[in-house]
Amino acid sequence: MKKLFIILAFLPLISLANEGEVGVSAPIDPTDQVSLQRGATAFINNCLNCHSANYMRYNRLQDIGLTEKQIKDNLLFAGEKVGDTMKVSMSKADAKKWFGAAPPDLSVEVRARGADWVYAYLLSFYRDDSRPSGWNNKVFDKVAMPHVLYELQGEQALNHETHQLELVKPGKLNSSEYINYVADLTNYMAFMAEPAKQQRKHTGLWVLLFLGVLLVLTIKLKRAYWKDIK
Amino acid sequence: MADTKTEKSSTLSFQPPSAVDLEKRQFLITATACTGAIGAAAVAVPFVGSMLPSERAKAAGAPVEVDISKVQPGSIMTVEWRGKPVWIIKRTDEQTAQLAKHNDKLSDPMCDVTSQQPAYCKNSHRSIKENISVVVGICTHLGCSPTEKMATGGDMGDSWDGGFFCPCHGSKFDLAGRVYKGSPAPINLVVPPHKYLTDNTLLIGVDDKAEA
Amino acid sequence: MADKKVQTAGLMGWIDARFPLTSNIKNHLTEYYAPKNFNFWYFFGSLAMLILVMQIVTGIFLTMHYKPSAEEAFASVEYIMRDVFGGNIIRYMHSTGASMFFVVVYLHMFRGIIYGSYRNPRELIWLFGVGIFLCLMGEAFFGYLLPWGQMSYWGAQVIVNLFSAVPFIGPDLSEWLRGDYLVSDATLNRFFAFHVIALPLVLLGLVMVHLIALHEVGSNNPDGIEIKAKKDKATGIPLDGIPFHPYYTVKDMVGVVVFLIVFAAIIFFAPEMGGYFLEANNFIPANPLQTPAHIAPVWYFTPYYSILRAVPPVMNSQFPGVAAMGLSVMVFALLPWLDKSPVKSIRYRGSLYKKWLAAFVVSFCVLGYLGTVPSNVWGQFGTWCGGADRATVIARIFAVIYFAFFILMPIYTKMDKTKSVPERVTH
Repeated sequence: MKKLFIILAFLPLISLANEGEVGVSAPIDPTDQVSLQRGATAFINNCLNCHSANYMRYNRLQDIGLTEKQIKDNLLFAGEKVGDTMKVSMSKADAKKWFGAAPPDLSVEVRARGADWVYAYLLSFYRDDSRPSGWNNKVFDKVAMPHVLYELQGEQALNHETHQLELVKPGKLNSSEYINYVADLTNYMAFMAEPAKQQRKHTGLWVLLFLGVLLVLTIKLKRAYWKDIK
Repeated sequence: MADTKTEKSSTLSFQPPSAVDLEKRQFLITATACTGAIGAAAVAVPFVGSMLPSERAKAAGAPVEVDISKVQPGSIMTVEWRGKPVWIIKRTDEQTAQLAKHNDKLSDPMCDVTSQQPAYCKNSHRSIKENISVVVGICTHLGCSPTEKMATGGDMGDSWDGGFFCPCHGSKFDLAGRVYKGSPAPINLVVPPHKYLTDNTLLIGVDDKAEA
Repeated sequence: MADKKVQTAGLMGWIDARFPLTSNIKNHLTEYYAPKNFNFWYFFGSLAMLILVMQIVTGIFLTMHYKPSAEEAFASVEYIMRDVFGGNIIRYMHSTGASMFFVVVYLHMFRGIIYGSYRNPRELIWLFGVGIFLCLMGEAFFGYLLPWGQMSYWGAQVIVNLFSAVPFIGPDLSEWLRGDYLVSDATLNRFFAFHVIALPLVLLGLVMVHLIALHEVGSNNPDGIEIKAKKDKATGIPLDGIPFHPYYTVKDMVGVVVFLIVFAAIIFFAPEMGGYFLEANNFIPANPLQTPAHIAPVWYFTPYYSILRAVPPVMNSQFPGVAAMGLSVMVFALLPWLDKSPVKSIRYRGSLYKKWLAAFVVSFCVLGYLGTVPSNVWGQFGTWCGGADRATVIARIFAVIYFAFFILMPIYTKMDKTKSVPERVTH
């Protein structure tokens, strides 16, 4: 009975397995600081015009290896201070007028949708003249967002027979360059969703080691006392 | 499971330990208690630390950069730093010269109370540049903000050399923030850490030693 | 058990003349005798107490930074996660602690079921325990609204709307609970008051009386026999009893450390637990105009939620489903009077009881799983079941088994062939 119970106790771990509902696996590497820095630049340059990241402070980018000076010189545009949060340039009223809905805050987007979803989404825009913006997305049908990165990726079209996306007009980056660009951007967004993730895992290791030592001591202590029991 | 060591003619399920066992127990109790105490201290860290100023508080309390190019000699500019008013006093040459002449009327003319200004401001004008003082505009008596009385004489009387007058209990300060004798306030106005990025750009809240 | 009057010296003497300190230490720790054969199932009571203290302490520190308003709640949680030193750890301790509280409490209840700890003279301990369980469910429900995410919002919306199914007074009752026509800032603020002050006080009171009732009669044990039946002639100490302190204090310490290892592994490496402890949809701020594609309650409510969904509407009223869900929780209170077996512990019961208990556990787990997924997860039956969702039919079958475990208990426990119980405890 106890064995069955112990096995059952580990069943919930199945839930940790990757689901891959969008069919791709985002190449997230939280230790690759160069990738994260490129992704941060991409995010600040492309996304903050319409989206906010209200819970992310610019000076937190020091966690991915940037110095305060580098942040101030390269990533602050509209008179922000390095301790400010990543607010959006566009007003909410204007956003609703132009897009129908205010673009959501992206601080925890990766925790809400998953890194795989965000990665697939950024790769899946295609031209669709039936949409107000002229763009649609295979991962998020009828999305109000236009393809902000179209100059880099080029233009895709949806082949209605195969249901696959095909590149019809090339952009500044070739296919693998764009994929790397999106990978960096997704990597950064995964970091931004929980900047303290690596730190907490590091702390966790020490905590578990300590508790292991404490376990040995408490077991010995218990046995020393229970020698008394008949 | 019967203990063959000693029955001790007891029918109870527990029996007292031997001396050897007691020693081992004591060692284990001490070892476990010490390890547990270390663990407890480690657990306390995030809880106690969570009460420190957060990143938001630190960002709001971050150093303030001020452009002082437009401040006329003989006037003051007020900025906010950490929720407090900070006066940037631009003195004329006469006003700066006057500072040394009324030392006998002051409680602490030589800035002996070192908590009230950084070391680089322990001079006759309490500042880095001779004609510009930077002081926190909060009376050192009970915290009101004194009123500006830059001009000599006027309603402050003929012997008034210019400075600040606190309306709450009547403390008086000179144009370098030093407190006059007879004031309820015991010590000079605080000079915050500051430095000049350029001749006209003042950064309040940090100096070359460390951030406040 | 008479209070023992003591004469102590020094500081202790000064205190003891004014406060029953030494006498309580003797009566409830050093000279309080518990059966010597406690096994693995007996760790969960002290663990539940540990988690209660932990939730209160982490809760206090979270309240220092959390803002209970619809405009600021979501942002204040991210503020805790990012800007407050150690805030992320304190938040994860609280969210993981909530789920672990239910894991521990369900195991603690299961111990009571298998060893008959609810039987005479311990019915009141069991009833206080049911009270604690109900308060815990309320506490978790109110607390879950506080992050003001999509799941928080819509979960609260659905559950409060359940009350509108109550005949006659339903809609007014729901409006009174919400303080508004929909779940809003008013609802959030009062749920905050319930979660932070009202229910914790009630919980602490119930835990206190739960323990007082326990100490009045003494613990049961895996053999289900009463150790007080056989006492040492000279001292009056039960022959199979051992002092709670030091033996069980030191043993419970091991249980605590094992628990902390599991707990630390979760909070530092997998605080979301695949979306079961922290749900992905809750990282989207509450939007009253858009329901998420798939709402499910938090995992510990899912068996009862399954039963709610399984009961079809009767005369256009969802009330039978609501009533069934309420009964599925309250029915635990009837156990002491449903169980007619001459023996307490599963060790000495016959195969009839064991089969029914197994069926109940399987029902609980299957219903629990089904509560996490939409009812069309297993497709539909063909025409022979009227095109009904397979999952719904299965949920109905297991809901019947769930209730049958209780309703038929007076019959099968009387019929069951039991073994003879031993004179003294075994391990």
